[in-house]
Amino acid sequence: MGIPGQEKLWDKEEKGHRTYNDVRIFTDDQLNNYTEEELKNFKNKHDIPMLEELEKGPWPSFVSDLKREALHRRKLGKDNLMIEQDVAEDLLGLMELSYKEGETHWKHGGIVGVLGYGGGVIGRYCDQQQKFPAIAHFHTVRVAQPGGKFYTTDYLRTFCDIAEYRGSGITNLHGSTGDMVILGTFTDQLEPIFFDLTHDLGVDLGGSGSNLRTPSDCIGPARCEFACYDTLDMCYNLTMTYQDELHRPAFPYKFKFKFDGCPNGCVASIARSDMAFIGTWKDDIRINQDAVQEYVANKIPRDGGGMSGKDWGKFDIQAEVIDLCPTKCMNWDGKKLTINNAECNRCMHCINTMPEALRIGKDTGVSILLGAKAPILEGAQMSVLTIPFAYAKNPYDNIKNGVISKIFDWWIEEGKNRERLGELIQRMGLKTLIEVLGIPAMPQMVKEPRSNPYVFFKEEEVPGGWTRDINDYRSRHPR
Amino acid sequence: MSKGKFGYYNPQKPQENRITDVGPVHYMQLLPPSLRKNYGQWVSHRVIEPGILMHVAESGDKVYSVRCGGARIMSAEHIREICDIADKFANGYVRWTTRNNVEFIVDSEQKAKDLKKELDNRKFVAGSHKFPVGGTGNCITNIVHTQGWIHCHTPATDASGPVKVVMDELFDYFKSMTLPAKLRISLACCLNMCGAVHCSDIAMLGYHRKPPAEDHEVLGKVCEIPLVVAACPLYAIKPITLEDGRKSVTVNKEKCMYCGNCYTMCMALPLADKEGDGVAILAGGKISNRINPPKFSKVIVPWLPNNMPRWPEVVSTIKKIVEVYAKEANKYERLGDWAERIGWERFFEKVGLEFSWHLLDDYRLAYDTFRTSTQFKYTDHAWAVSKAAGVI
Repeated sequence: MGIPGQEKLWDKEEKGHRTYNDVRIFTDDQLNNYTEEELKNFKNKHDIPMLEELEKGPWPSFVSDLKREALHRRKLGKDNLMIEQDVAEDLLGLMELSYKEGETHWKHGGIVGVLGYGGGVIGRYCDQQQKFPAIAHFHTVRVAQPGGKFYTTDYLRTFCDIAEYRGSGITNLHGSTGDMVILGTFTDQLEPIFFDLTHDLGVDLGGSGSNLRTPSDCIGPARCEFACYDTLDMCYNLTMTYQDELHRPAFPYKFKFKFDGCPNGCVASIARSDMAFIGTWKDDIRINQDAVQEYVANKIPRDGGGMSGKDWGKFDIQAEVIDLCPTKCMNWDGKKLTINNAECNRCMHCINTMPEALRIGKDTGVSILLGAKAPILEGAQMSVLTIPFAYAKNPYDNIKNGVISKIFDWWIEEGKNRERLGELIQRMGLKTLIEVLGIPAMPQMVKEPRSNPYVFFKEEEVPGGWTRDINDYRSRHPR
Repeated sequence: MSKGKFGYYNPQKPQENRITDVGPVHYMQLLPPSLRKNYGQWVSHRVIEPGILMHVAESGDKVYSVRCGGARIMSAEHIREICDIADKFANGYVRWTTRNNVEFIVDSEQKAKDLKKELDNRKFVAGSHKFPVGGTGNCITNIVHTQGWIHCHTPATDASGPVKVVMDELFDYFKSMTLPAKLRISLACCLNMCGAVHCSDIAMLGYHRKPPAEDHEVLGKVCEIPLVVAACPLYAIKPITLEDGRKSVTVNKEKCMYCGNCYTMCMALPLADKEGDGVAILAGGKISNRINPPKFSKVIVPWLPNNMPRWPEVVSTIKKIVEVYAKEANKYERLGDWAERIGWERFFEKVGLEFSWHLLDDYRLAYDTFRTSTQFKYTDHAWAVSKAAGVI
């Protein structure tokens, strides 16, 4: 659990927890160093007329936000910042140039990082360094996000100080994979940032390159009644088990774990992770018949109230739930709702529609799906249902030993350079995958059985094998 | 407190006090106490009004979450303002959603409503909202996206800019819950799709249209030629020896599909080009298993120009699709479900999009997308075929 003895470092409910004031870099005066009036009159070092068009309209403007950061840095001054104070101003200037020219001005890669790690930092250099010297280097630091992306303000303020003092003060919350991202710093600040992160925040870098990418989870049992397993615990546990794989690239290509608590898939694991853990159950959907009656009587809004912005008419349980059930395993006789649970495929529609009347089962676990990826190279793939049900309980040894280690071994051995797991499965076949896992084939692995008959039989399946005697054949069939 | 150029780090003794492999901070210490108490004991939820969720626990406790949107690029100054709000209203706890929204969790409906008012009132000096409340239920929530020109070396379009202008136009859908089902929009600024937009109701995808330019002067020196050759999925790259004896590669322009995989391996094959680059629009995908399985998004517009700074062609195309969907789809029908029910030919007719030859798949497994049945609907597209063939 993190740094030994510091498991509750930031826990506000514990006495003696760390606070922002314990480790802050900037004083209150430094943080409140500009007025609204100064912000209104702020003029960026480079003219940015096109970007300023993006300050219009109601949606939050990143240009307005960057200008605020630019003014704040200008007022902090170079003595209070470890990289150039003009970073945000030069970044806006460079973006304006891209808006004029329609092309990016970031150079290709660059190998930088911290000692002993092969990932977590993405090198980035600008190709207009004379014009925009403050962003000549603009490396990204990926920081492992906490489960469910929950924060205390003490934690976030400390993160902000580090990101601003040693970097651009510009972040992504969050990167596509889930990390907290410090956007833009110089090479000489990478080690100091890493020391600040580990010593002050008690947090590590995330993944990049051909390694395990920072695993991510949905909000799960922290605040969702659909959570079929503890997504936060499993994500944390696996992240800690595979720290070496995360920091020291030894894989053919990137590998992603994602943890969805139910088939609604809020963290998109089925589309975005090489190994997706999606919560499910194997007993019965729990029905509160009284609450069903209240839905029918329009006393509870459908879909958790999420459709109340438009008048969709009176709730019609037959049309809206029973008839839309993909397996038609539900029945409503006007008084009682019944479900033939053996025929249910747990799509979540009835539960989503009537969350106060229907609940997931109690005997819960995960389905494990393998092989999703974006289009490069063989086209986009979603992950394949491979393990229909597994119990997911700490310490998850059944899954680590029964699935993960076998997959890692196979992929590291057989995978070609830059070949994702899903592409390896495509190249070598589901047939090979199930041999690797030591599991039988099941119809649940396919949408439908194959329509071509080109079955590659195994030699041992065919009596006599493949060694043929032409003379024996000709004894029955003269030429 | 770490001050000075190197802070805690001693460059003379880089291993001294180095801490490694500690992973993320454990989530439990960052959870609001009300969530710790009811962890795993949630019974149901309800969206009270746009942007406010109520969750009910076995204990009878109710917690209220107020959700607001934001740009994914956030300055330290902006995050500090979020912290100020969290300190004032939510005991110093705050979280982010998987779609870049921010959530504050409070213990009463009144506090939630007060907080919503406060958030909606905060604006940047130029006028845009800082923390617009919404993004719940059948809405268009925040767009997940990639880096674009602010930080990436391979983009065919910007990310933050197109997201801003599309959300400006769809703002009312973010703040309300009027759609037949959820509608999820995403943006990836190139085919690498670090934003994984391939299963979204509507996706913007940056797309190059010109093969890489060959920088022969440095290619042999800075790139591993066998890796570059192997990187091409269409076998369009071959090694060559230049007249002066230097090694390089050449790209068969006829075969290239501008995927940029070679550029990922080799900086001497850049693709970015003002005339070539633009945005493809995809539609009809989803992640959820609800009612029917997850689906891929389909390319419905092969290319629109990067018309900076506000991408009017992209915005108007997406707006049109959303408006027709909002009007025509049945309740619970995702955009792709609706298109499948009415038929893609009717979809193109209703949203007024051209169906050009670019939309006929010619990559691997293309035949699987061809219609092999007599079930179709008559639209102008169909009559145009019969007329052009001279058979009507």
